[in-house]
Amino acid sequence: MNAPLSRRSLLQQAAGLGVSVSFLGGSAFAAADGAMAKRKMVVVICRGGMDGLSVSPPVGDPDYAVLRGAVAVTPDQALKLDGTFGLHPALESVHALALKGQARIAPAIASPDRARSHFEAQDVLETGAAEVYGVGTGWLNRTLEAMGPSNVEALSVGATAPLILRGKVQAASWSPGQGVDETARLPTLLQDLYKADPIMGRAFARGLETEAMAQQAMTGLNPAPTPVSTETTMMAATPMWRNAVNAQGMTPSAMAPKAQAVAGQRQGREAARKLGSTLAGFMVQAGGPRIAAISLDGWDTHAGQVGQLNTRLSYLDAVLDGLNTGLGAAWSDTVVVVATEFGRTARVNGTGGTDHGTGSTALVLGGGLKKGGIIGDWPTLKQEALFENRDLRPTLDMRGLFKGVLAEHMGVDRAALETKVFPDSAEARPVSGLV
Amino acid sequence: MINQRGRCKERRGVSLPSKDMMAAIAATRFGLGARPGEIDAARNDPRGFLTDQIRPEGADQPRGGEGSAQRLAEVSAYQMEKRDAKAAQREMGSDAKSPPVKDLQKELRQQAGDDFLARARLGASTDAAFRERWTLFWANHFTVSSTSLATTSVVGPFEKEAIRPNVFGRFEDLLVASSTHPAMLLYLDQAQSTGPNSKASANQRKNARKTGGLNENLAREILELHTVGLEAGYGQADVTEFARAMTGFSVGRPRDPSPHQYLFRDNAHEPGARTVMGNAYSQSGQAQALAVMRDLAASPHTARHVSTKLAAHFVSDTPPPALVARLEKAYLDSGGRLDEMARVLIAAPEAWDPAPAKFKTPYEFAVSTWRAVGTEPQAIGKLAPVLTGLGQKPFSPPSPKGWADEAQTWCAPDALIKRLRFSESFAATAADRLDPNTLAQSALGARLTPPVAKAVARAETRREAMALLLMSPEFQRR
Repeated sequence: MNAPLSRRSLLQQAAGLGVSVSFLGGSAFAAADGAMAKRKMVVVICRGGMDGLSVSPPVGDPDYAVLRGAVAVTPDQALKLDGTFGLHPALESVHALALKGQARIAPAIASPDRARSHFEAQDVLETGAAEVYGVGTGWLNRTLEAMGPSNVEALSVGATAPLILRGKVQAASWSPGQGVDETARLPTLLQDLYKADPIMGRAFARGLETEAMAQQAMTGLNPAPTPVSTETTMMAATPMWRNAVNAQGMTPSAMAPKAQAVAGQRQGREAARKLGSTLAGFMVQAGGPRIAAISLDGWDTHAGQVGQLNTRLSYLDAVLDGLNTGLGAAWSDTVVVVATEFGRTARVNGTGGTDHGTGSTALVLGGGLKKGGIIGDWPTLKQEALFENRDLRPTLDMRGLFKGVLAEHMGVDRAALETKVFPDSAEARPVSGLV
Repeated sequence: MINQRGRCKERRGVSLPSKDMMAAIAATRFGLGARPGEIDAARNDPRGFLTDQIRPEGADQPRGGEGSAQRLAEVSAYQMEKRDAKAAQREMGSDAKSPPVKDLQKELRQQAGDDFLARARLGASTDAAFRERWTLFWANHFTVSSTSLATTSVVGPFEKEAIRPNVFGRFEDLLVASSTHPAMLLYLDQAQSTGPNSKASANQRKNARKTGGLNENLAREILELHTVGLEAGYGQADVTEFARAMTGFSVGRPRDPSPHQYLFRDNAHEPGARTVMGNAYSQSGQAQALAVMRDLAASPHTARHVSTKLAAHFVSDTPPPALVARLEKAYLDSGGRLDEMARVLIAAPEAWDPAPAKFKTPYEFAVSTWRAVGTEPQAIGKLAPVLTGLGQKPFSPPSPKGWADEAQTWCAPDALIKRLRFSESFAATAADRLDPNTLAQSALGARLTPPVAKAVARAETRREAMALLLMSPEFQRR
């Protein structure tokens, strides 16, 4: 059964693919001067431990192919960046931007956490704390606090609220679905009942407001519905070929039906691109959010890594492409940072995958980036250079990259960065010269 | 550690509410929401109403559904058929999927949908809803998620085979049942993990085949999520050593003696003694990892980890330390008996605070709406999109950590709007044959507050009254 999908249902698919988006609003920056007031920032969190050595494979490092064996990206496959690094072949749009100087890599970066636990490392990445349980609020939320919040808006697209934007500022959230008329009787009566509840009242009010904004964000887009199958089944939103090699007794080739995977991937890319352009649609509205966060799940590639990463990086590339296209002229005022909680082991494991590691790659994109090589130093993959003889050694603290973008690009006060947004981060010097 | 005086003081400080209130709490906080008549049934002895639901044979079983071995055999048959079809396609040069393969895949997914529906129907209809909530807690503690066709097919059977029989037994038995179930072994990549110095690796090298190796995924998550937790302070070496001890924990292939069931592959097991968290393990074969699990289950860190999670689930997102301490003590004194922990929880005055601290997850909310009107969900096709929209896609928790338990996650602006949409459409189908005031009484009992009772009574229509009730803070919380 084939029928054109509406924009909403495409976005619903994107949500089912483990993508969610969060915003923080514009009015906090009203006091900033003219040029700064247009600046935008997007943080993309890749959850599960994204393998930096596949995102920006160091194909010119002599130890890379040896350590990675069958899961290495070959020099032929890699989209060339310089003598050492390439990009994964699925990152076509990112590569096109890199050639224009609008995308750079930080190939050996990590948060201060070293426990190799997803949950602890994501907490550290999102709270901006020096260690786990240090802080209970997200650093994007505290960024707004630092700038003197007044009528600040926060929104997450996705059904649940991510830690990075939890805090004093009420985060709104939105995901595709049937809307609610905020002027109807029932919402009004409910708001009365929620007055005494500590959290339901403000969450509900935010939800009603955001519905209106969403309508505008979506109508601002070019309607370009792509014909894809509307047949949905309960589990369909998780790509079936993901982890396919986990299934017992079967060879990988037998379980990765290429035609199906390719069709599904194209559909997934389209949904992911829509998500990126809808996010852009929110951001280009007058008074729209200037800070946003996107979550992408599914990076924990313990087995069958090559196929999984191809799919996930293809989605990531499409989200970024949608953002870039949707922002239009505003792309030159925008910086996007793609980060993950940790990288993966330098060596391939026994199951065609990699285990929890340390250093990984962050991508930095934007129309206003200064040209330059890699961000941070490359420690190499020599055995003596590996962290605990196991992982890529990080040479750059993730907080330094975030602080650099917030200071140089968004104009956040440097003292506030050190005390409020990233407390106890003095050793993580802000990266300079990005914009 | 909490000193004895402090604990007594706190115990004395918390007084119990009225029996009417306790009956309402028994059905809504400990249970899955009151069915008509349930609060009345609990009124005479609210605590006894709950302790009567503890039983040695474990949880109730949802109806129907094949076992995991049969499901995995079907998955394997499907994959073989697909391979054949692909080969045929290559010959014929056609791009289309051949019909029998498609039907099989659809059937496999439908079975998983049926499993979920059967579980939801059990939740909606059971008279022992505390038993079911207790079970859902442990199923979430030992999360398996639908990440592949194989795991999708066995999440339901996993709950039935590994979790449900063991929820009132010893924690160690539950841990071993989970860690040796094909669903967990496939979900966390254990099935293929091979010791680098094992016979299997040596054979592979001899035959110049690609060599297998260690996969530490399950070992790490057992330590971090299932047992001692990160606070225990173990390091990477402990994870690797435990992963080595676990090599061989696998699933039978079609030609193995136990196809599609747990199989210990001695030739994949890494030979030699191991050291995990300071303890030496010289056992050979599967006894080695089982000994590690026994020590993990007996660890005070596990007692604390599990007690904290239980108190957070049943009492508050910030669990009272005194209650956590009593649960820990019960765990350690009884050798990790889960029925003992359930009794401590039911006895705890902290759990009977009338203020509804916990915010229902989407699944709990949906189940409680059916219970409120005394019906059951009828079709997975209607149920799955609702739960997916609310952020809790059936059998698909986002990570091995399972579904979140705290209000911060679920009480998001968009989620409330979607709950309102669901409540309105639910009321449109259910409200017209019910008296809203009676419904409010039977669903919330003494927890019904005057503002909500008034709003329901003053509503313009039965539908509006019901939607207001379902969306009230008293109903959204427990």
